[in-house]
Amino acid sequence: MRWLLGLSWAWLLLFVAAPAAILAGIGLLSPAETVPPLALPIGLGGYGGLADPFYLRALLGSLAVAAATALLCLVLGYPMALAIARSAHRRLLLLLVMLPFWSGILLRLIAWIGIFRDEGLINAALRGIGLAPLALLHTDAAMMVGLVYCYLPFMILPVEARLAAADGRLEMAAADLGARPWQVFRRITWPLSLPGVRAGLALVFIPVSGEYVIPDLLGAPGTPLIGRVIWDEFFQSADWPQATALATALLAAMLAAAALLRGR
Amino acid sequence: MRQRLLTVWLIGGLVFLYAPIALVVATSFNAAPLMTVWSGASLRWYVQLWHSPALMEAAARSLGIAAASASLATLLGGAAGIALGRAGAFRGRGLFEGLVAIPLILPDLLIGLALLLLFIALEALTGWPAGRGVLTIILAHATASLAFVAVTVRARLAGFDEALEHAAADLGATPLVVLRRITIPLIAPALAAGWLLAFTLSLDDVVIASFTGGPGATTLPMAIFSSLRLGPTPVLNALATIILALVAGLLLAAWKLAPVAARGARD
Repeated sequence: MRWLLGLSWAWLLLFVAAPAAILAGIGLLSPAETVPPLALPIGLGGYGGLADPFYLRALLGSLAVAAATALLCLVLGYPMALAIARSAHRRLLLLLVMLPFWSGILLRLIAWIGIFRDEGLINAALRGIGLAPLALLHTDAAMMVGLVYCYLPFMILPVEARLAAADGRLEMAAADLGARPWQVFRRITWPLSLPGVRAGLALVFIPVSGEYVIPDLLGAPGTPLIGRVIWDEFFQSADWPQATALATALLAAMLAAAALLRGR
Repeated sequence: MRQRLLTVWLIGGLVFLYAPIALVVATSFNAAPLMTVWSGASLRWYVQLWHSPALMEAAARSLGIAAASASLATLLGGAAGIALGRAGAFRGRGLFEGLVAIPLILPDLLIGLALLLLFIALEALTGWPAGRGVLTIILAHATASLAFVAVTVRARLAGFDEALEHAAADLGATPLVVLRRITIPLIAPALAAGWLLAFTLSLDDVVIASFTGGPGATTLPMAIFSSLRLGPTPVLNALATIILALVAGLLLAAWKLAPVAARGARD
């Protein structure tokens, strides 16, 4: 038992704790033309750049996109979770929800690019009924569709688990005592499902706030999002202190969001 | 009435989830390179894929990385899961749980960036790992997915009475024998399901591999991603269809293993 624990500790400290510390630390250095492109002195480094309106806008923009995605997934996914939890074919339906989620992000993006692009499905249909084609790919709307599409299962699964575990007799009792359907939902079903809703919101909000692939392939090139800005600062500008300072700020924002969603 | 509305909503949601995938699969068998014009069934894109050396090479590399990182993640995640399920209240347990859970929710971008910086720092300090490539991607993927194994194993152990292990120990079994004869057989379905999940996660990752890989270590998702940036091609539809079939098969296998876990927990 002791060596199992020791092995786990060693791996977690080396590959999780140490990288997080290095990430935060490199933000204190200055960029340079060396390999790796870092230089002393230790100072504010990249953290000084966080006040730059461009970075601030990218960070807030990403958090707003993540919040919108989480809420859209909730609105679309909650009724689906409720229907699955009350169905006799729960297990099959859950498998159906999970399959696209495991089928690979790129497969799903290939599909949406094919649907949205200029010669794509929607524009072919528009031309077919004599309307002018629209520029759909590389817009914020296409990005939102792609994000909701890819992250919807992360909302459905935890909410469904809570709803299925809830005692259905509570709802029946409320209805027997004269509560209207809406009252039953608001006073019984919704409060019972709240832990699942909170988990779902966190599971969508946190990864989406740092998403890179979906905005890059479907979104508008001009929209500043933090995932993209970090990627560009790192790979294009080779400004590692700036990239890591932004990443640390994103990490802090996400841990705060997770604590907030868990805490209440 | 309300129930019917929910059912309609659910069907609509499933159509939203499946229609785009169905389109890709159908287009991959379309002789014309378009989603919009059907000009007869054909396997030409599959043949063309077979004759794309860059994609085939990346696919072979990705399968190797996925198998290796899933095995490593199963070993490490299994150890962490057993520790969480059986070690009781050890010192620093809160920190331990946090470190296990963090990679579960962090965006890939942060995981990839942080691990790349670690590899660079390690190389500067110790000379290992020398450069970045397949090995560093395997280490990174194992770190990112071990949490999934740990969570599954811990949940399965929670369904079993620790008295089983205590009884074996009282009867004279050494800790290693208890582990080999009692604990590991109990969690075998969880380990298998965790391996499959880690395998598919590795096979689907662009971002972590982009950070932690190096020249000559292009994975299949990286190759697909860079050609998608230039625009979709019909060969990619064929490739996506094959991946879908593979993943659906793996998921069904994991699904078959999961109810064993559920039933075991009830006994």
